[in-house]
Amino acid sequence: MALYSEKVMDHFRNPRNVGVIEDADGVGEVGNAKCGDIMKIYLKIENDIIVDVKFETFGCGSAIASSSMATEMIKGKPLSEALTLTNKAVTEALDGLPAHKIHCSVLAEEAIKKALQDYYEKNGIEYDHSKFPDCEGCAHCCE
Amino acid sequence: MNKTIYLDNAATTKMSKTAIEAMIPYFDKIYGNPSSLHSVGQAAAEALYDARQRIARCINAQPAEITFTSGGSEADNQAIISAAYNGEKKGKKHIISTKIEHHAVLHTLKKLEKEGFAITLLDVGENGIVKPEQVKNAIREDTCLVTVMFANNEIGTIQPIKEIGAICREAGVPFHTDAVQAAGHLKIDVTDQNIDMLSVSAHKFHGPKGIGILYAKKGTRLTNIIEGGAQEKGKRAGTENIPAIMGMAAALEEACGKIDENAKKLAAMRDRLIAELSKIPHSVLNGDEKNRLPGNVNFCFEGIEGESLLLLLDDKGVCASSGSACTSGSLDPSHVLLAIGRPHEIAHGSLRLTLSEENTDEEIEYTVKAVNEVVSYLRNMSPVWRDLTSGKKEFITK
Repeated sequence: MALYSEKVMDHFRNPRNVGVIEDADGVGEVGNAKCGDIMKIYLKIENDIIVDVKFETFGCGSAIASSSMATEMIKGKPLSEALTLTNKAVTEALDGLPAHKIHCSVLAEEAIKKALQDYYEKNGIEYDHSKFPDCEGCAHCCE
Repeated sequence: MNKTIYLDNAATTKMSKTAIEAMIPYFDKIYGNPSSLHSVGQAAAEALYDARQRIARCINAQPAEITFTSGGSEADNQAIISAAYNGEKKGKKHIISTKIEHHAVLHTLKKLEKEGFAITLLDVGENGIVKPEQVKNAIREDTCLVTVMFANNEIGTIQPIKEIGAICREAGVPFHTDAVQAAGHLKIDVTDQNIDMLSVSAHKFHGPKGIGILYAKKGTRLTNIIEGGAQEKGKRAGTENIPAIMGMAAALEEACGKIDENAKKLAAMRDRLIAELSKIPHSVLNGDEKNRLPGNVNFCFEGIEGESLLLLLDDKGVCASSGSACTSGSLDPSHVLLAIGRPHEIAHGSLRLTLSEENTDEEIEYTVKAVNEVVSYLRNMSPVWRDLTSGKKEFITK
C-alpha cells in the first residue's frame, strides 16, 4: 500500500486555497519550524461567513494536504460551523492519514481555531475560551 | 523527460547484469547444500570457496577472514558484539564511535550501554569528519573497540580510516569500520588500512540484497548472532545463500575492477550538481566538498521541508532521499545533520542525491532544473520563507 491515499496526493499536488489574504480579518499560525511543520491560515469574514480562506504551509505532504482539505471544508461556511471542524473530519475527508501523520490534521484544526480566535479578539467579540487550544499550537510539540 | 531518474543509490542499487548472470546457475543447476558430502553439495561448496577467495582478494584479506552474513546490519552487529564480549572477558567495557554512524552501529551500541558498557560517541566537525587525534584522546585503559564508519551514508564524508586504524593498532584496541557505503566505491585494503573488522553489504554496489560480509582479521574471536549449524566455521549458522554470495562476488569484482573509472565519472557529475545547486539562494552543502563519496550530494534548502520536496521530485521522475523527520518516521531530523551542526529548522529541508555510473549528464541537467522548480514552488507556499524574506526572521544560511 502507498504511504498516502489518492485524496492526500491530489490535495498535495494541487493544493486548494494556497496564498495570503493581505487584509485578512483573522490570521492563525501554529506549529514550529523546529518540529518541521508550520501552518498559517488567513480568513476573510463577512456577516459571520467565511467568504475567503487561504493558507501557507511549511511541512510534509500530509501537512500540505491537510491544510488544503481543511480550508475547502470551511470556505463559504458560517463561523459556528468552522468552529466545529475536527481533525478527525479532516482526516476522514482525506481518506485517512498514516498514524504518524495524524498530527498534521490536528495542526489544521488548530490553525483554523487560532484564526477564528484572532478575528474575535480583533473585533472585541465575546467567545467561549474553552473551545480553543490555549497553548501555542502545541498539538505535536517535538521537544 | 518522461522517465525515471534514479538518484538514490546510497539506499540501494540496480543489480548489474554480470551479478544477475553469476547467480542464475546456482538456483537450479548448482543448487546443492555446501554442507552435503555428495557431489551436488560439493559443487556448491566449491563455488562458495571460490567466492570467498575472490571477495577476500578485493579487500586484500585472507579467505578464512571472510564470514558471510545477511548484510551490513548483521555484520555491524556481529563485529561490535564480538569485540564487546571479548573485551568484557578482560574487564574492558569501553567503546569509542562517532555521532554519525549508521543505526546498525548506534543501536547496537545503545543495547550494549544498557548492558553496562561505557560508550563514547565522538563529535565530528562541520565538514562531517572525525579527527584521528580525537580517537587517540578518547582511548582509555578499558577501551575494547573503536568503530568508525568508512564513509557516511547521508553526507558521504570519508573518514581517515588508515590513520585511525594505526592509532588503534598502536594502542592494542580492535578497530571496526562499517564500510557499507565504501565497498565497491573506494579502495579498501584491510592490511594497508589497519582494519581489524569491516562490514560490507552487496546491494550497495549492484549486487543482490540480503547478503554481506564481515571481515574479521585472523585471531579475532567472533560471537554468534545466529546459533545453529556449523556453517561459516560455526560463527554464523544457516545454509549459505549461494546464489546471493555468487552475485555479490561478481558485483564486487566488477566494481573494484572499475573503481577509478567509475569514481572519476561520478565525481564529475557530483561536482556539477554541487556547483549548480549551490546557486540556489539560502542552500547549504552538507559534508566536506571534496572528501566525500564520488556519488554523494547532500543539501539543505532553507524554508522548506524535505518530504514534500521528495514527493514533488518523484512526480517529476527524480528519485531522491531526505533526512527530514517526516521521512524518517521520527520527530527528529537526521542525527547526522544535527551532528554537523545544522539546526532542526534547516535539517528538515535536506535532500540527498546519490549517483551511479548509469546516470548521465542529461539527467543531471534535468535534475538541477527540477530541484530549482520544486524548491521555489514550496518556498512560495511556506510561511517560514515569507518570514525570512520579509525580514521577520533571520536566515540561517547564506
